[in-house]
Amino acid sequence: MASAATRFPQPGPAPIVETSWTAKDLLDTDTLSLAEINLILDQAGAMKDVRQRQGKLATLRGVAVVTLFYEQSTRTRASFEMAAKLLGADVVNLTASGSSVEKGETLIDTVRTLEAIGADLLVIRHGSSGAPYLAARNTSAGVINAGDGAHAHPTQALLDAFTLRENLGDLKGRRVAIVGDVLHSRVARSNIWALTALGCSVILCGPATLIPRTLEDGTEEGRYMVTDSIEEALDGADAVMALRMQRERQESGLIPSLRAYVRDYQVNSARLALARPGAIVMHPGPMNEGIEIAQDVAHGITSTIEEQVANGVAVRMAILYHMALARQRR
Amino acid sequence: MTGLTLFSGAHVIDPANGIDAKLDVLVDGPVIANVAAGIAADDARVVDATGLLLLPGFVDLHAHLREPGFEQKGTIETETAAALRGGFTTICAMPNTDPAPDDASTVEALKGRIGRDAHVRVFPIGCITRERAGLSLAELSELADAGCVAFSDDGHPVTSPRLFRNALAISRSLGIPISEHSDDPALSAGGVAHEGRVSERLGLRGYPAAAEINAVARNIELAEATGARLHLAHLSCARSVALVADARARGLNITSEVTPSHLFLTEDAIAGPGREPAYDTNARINPPLRTEEDRKALLAGINDGTIDAIATDHAPHATEDKLCEFDHAAPGISCFETAAATILTLIDRGELDPAAAWAALTINPVRAFGLQHRVPGLGTLSVGAPADLVLLASSEAWTVDPARFVSRGRNTPLGGITLTGHVRAVMASGKLWEMGANDD
Amino acid sequence: MSDQVMNAEQLSRTIRRLAHEIVENNRGTQDLVLAGLLTRGVPLAQRLAAEIEAFEGTPVPVGSLDVALFRDDLRSRDTLPHVRPSELPQDIEGCTVVLVDDVLYTGRTIRAALDAIFEFGRPARIRLAVMVDRGHRELPIRPDFVGRNIPTSLGQEVSVRLKEQDGEDGVYLEERGVAVG
Repeated sequence: MASAATRFPQPGPAPIVETSWTAKDLLDTDTLSLAEINLILDQAGAMKDVRQRQGKLATLRGVAVVTLFYEQSTRTRASFEMAAKLLGADVVNLTASGSSVEKGETLIDTVRTLEAIGADLLVIRHGSSGAPYLAARNTSAGVINAGDGAHAHPTQALLDAFTLRENLGDLKGRRVAIVGDVLHSRVARSNIWALTALGCSVILCGPATLIPRTLEDGTEEGRYMVTDSIEEALDGADAVMALRMQRERQESGLIPSLRAYVRDYQVNSARLALARPGAIVMHPGPMNEGIEIAQDVAHGITSTIEEQVANGVAVRMAILYHMALARQRR
Repeated sequence: MTGLTLFSGAHVIDPANGIDAKLDVLVDGPVIANVAAGIAADDARVVDATGLLLLPGFVDLHAHLREPGFEQKGTIETETAAALRGGFTTICAMPNTDPAPDDASTVEALKGRIGRDAHVRVFPIGCITRERAGLSLAELSELADAGCVAFSDDGHPVTSPRLFRNALAISRSLGIPISEHSDDPALSAGGVAHEGRVSERLGLRGYPAAAEINAVARNIELAEATGARLHLAHLSCARSVALVADARARGLNITSEVTPSHLFLTEDAIAGPGREPAYDTNARINPPLRTEEDRKALLAGINDGTIDAIATDHAPHATEDKLCEFDHAAPGISCFETAAATILTLIDRGELDPAAAWAALTINPVRAFGLQHRVPGLGTLSVGAPADLVLLASSEAWTVDPARFVSRGRNTPLGGITLTGHVRAVMASGKLWEMGANDD
Repeated sequence: MSDQVMNAEQLSRTIRRLAHEIVENNRGTQDLVLAGLLTRGVPLAQRLAAEIEAFEGTPVPVGSLDVALFRDDLRSRDTLPHVRPSELPQDIEGCTVVLVDDVLYTGRTIRAALDAIFEFGRPARIRLAVMVDRGHRELPIRPDFVGRNIPTSLGQEVSVRLKEQDGEDGVYLEERGVAVG
């Protein structure tokens, strides 16, 4: 009885989502339960679905989202702003320059001022590790860590996990290689906790001076390991994530030269051949094409780099939506 | 009133004289008159010290009083009051003030303030280099004549090996030790936490152990080359202790100290006990809290006598100096009011040998800086010694509440932690201060 | 406190009646789409479609509609409105979409559903079918097909239980104990 009228699948029983988001803040992925991570990923899927159909919603009408950036960033801030606006929230953007921050106002005073003005959610990017924790302890507004020093970048990790899940399905037992300046990478750190919670094996790889020496403590669980061999890291990988290599690392002598880095650690097609066929290629951006990642790989058919950016908006919509709800319920 | 005070029935510990027994102590005005069993003194005021430990008042080789220049953090008045409450009756004041005592006039001005405001005996430490800038030597002979008991640029190392060697040579001829903050900034610059498990987990810039170990090795070599008396301030690494042990085995005149904080805490204090990292700025100190292995080596260093002294590195800060990003927080711990309890707790846990610990708070620091030549009997209960003593309730548990500190600095990572042992009373130069129970 | 106001038998007879009313109103099944509101509107819509197919011999497409993002009363709701994907036929242009829900109360869910439906296209007409109308409307919204009108007080709660979700069929009137409003 296949007729034209039944061309789309009949909906099954609605999924019963058992977890709710109750936390005031989102500071890192290490304190999230698997259920919370799955909630955000599932909800991001629904957001992506809604987003494909329509323009702006009025869901978060009256909710004020403030982005407070003490470091330069274009994509993360734009992504948060887009996500908030698509949900109908009011968005105020503050940068360290052009505000009281430059006049020496403390982080705590700034945060309290923004709360008094009526901020519901604060999206904070800061060069000092731990700064959003300090902010979160000193305001009743929800704080979202948009990157703190070399510590954490939870929304990036969640959008990476979302992208991985969209491309690979269930992540249990998948191998994800993260290559580059792991030591200074907040993206790598937050990905370790999110991806291992989802059942991935995470292989951290980079020059000996740029990989952590003590994170090996985690290998006893057999879930992540550290290596200075890119061949070992990429062997059989389901996904390869290249990290941005900062020019300063050369200047401070942590690597001999960018040339040496390219020679030894660039993710290129020859090395990618060691990974599983069809392994996806990721990068948190902004890319230095030709340094940490070869141009043809960055734009190859298995590259998800642009997808990551698009998914970032859906993931941040899910986060903003649930954190705004949690705040209203408090 | 005769000016006689009798402390009766105390458990008296006087490491310098090998006394560890239940005795009475008689004080006559500003000096110790007698230490014996069953002293009869009908006209004395009697203090019942039954059940309490009685020791010579503690001697601290390393304290920051902040005056002049940083009175918002602490003053000579507030911080010596905190010292008194913590059982410290003699303290040596580090010269990182503004102005820094780098010539006779600044030391004389400082002594004037001390004479007016201090509640305990304060010895000034003079700078090694002018304005502690590490570029040229301070007026070392003037500083010695003005009464400085040591030279230090504490907070900064003397980076230039040549300048440091010259300072050691001159200090030797003046008979004054140099207390050196051993650090190699080429390795530690920018570091805010021990380079290791916690710094890597929390994304904090690392301060490697090698920065201290390198500098300790260099400083020992230069002390040997010059024959100077070198005192190594606030050791934090296991390897540093080993280097000191080696130097002493070779007969070098090297002394050293460790803080109660480094004996009690590790890098984990920064992350805190919760699942969510605390980034506790109160646990940021310089040198940083290190690993459990280092802590164990520092305890062993006190227990076997390799490290001479327990020094507080009391470093009060204003609230805003700590209520900020970890990277921006001022390093230092307000230590006076928890030091004794920390040591008693470590003794109670069996980690510190009591005889070694009490010597490290009394006679050892006196000898390290030669203070017995300035005040005979200091750090002892010998007859004729100054009537400086401390009474401790060794098994009394209390919870640290920084809001109740006398110090202007409330910066301690021990807030909310329960310690065993409390300072019950202190006599400083014959004047008795009773603290009562911990719920005073 | 819980009183049964409809049993399984009455529920299924009511569904059958509603199915007939819908087809009669639409003059057949031409361009008819049933859109169940998540959660209990979906199985209700599926049962209506099964009834229609049984007597008309034509399958009727059923979709599901999530209105969480379209609500205007998030602040006051105490359930957790997780966002779920909506699934509707590719093209509802020119169709008659019948919104199906279990209980009609303030009307705010239906208002949100109207917003949601327009994201999929511009139907020729939208109708509303509900199992229970309990009154207390806050918006000018009126159902086209009603299973049962049940007058209620604000302190009461109407619960429609369906085998697919709750393991049994029936409608219950419950006392919340505390009056709200």
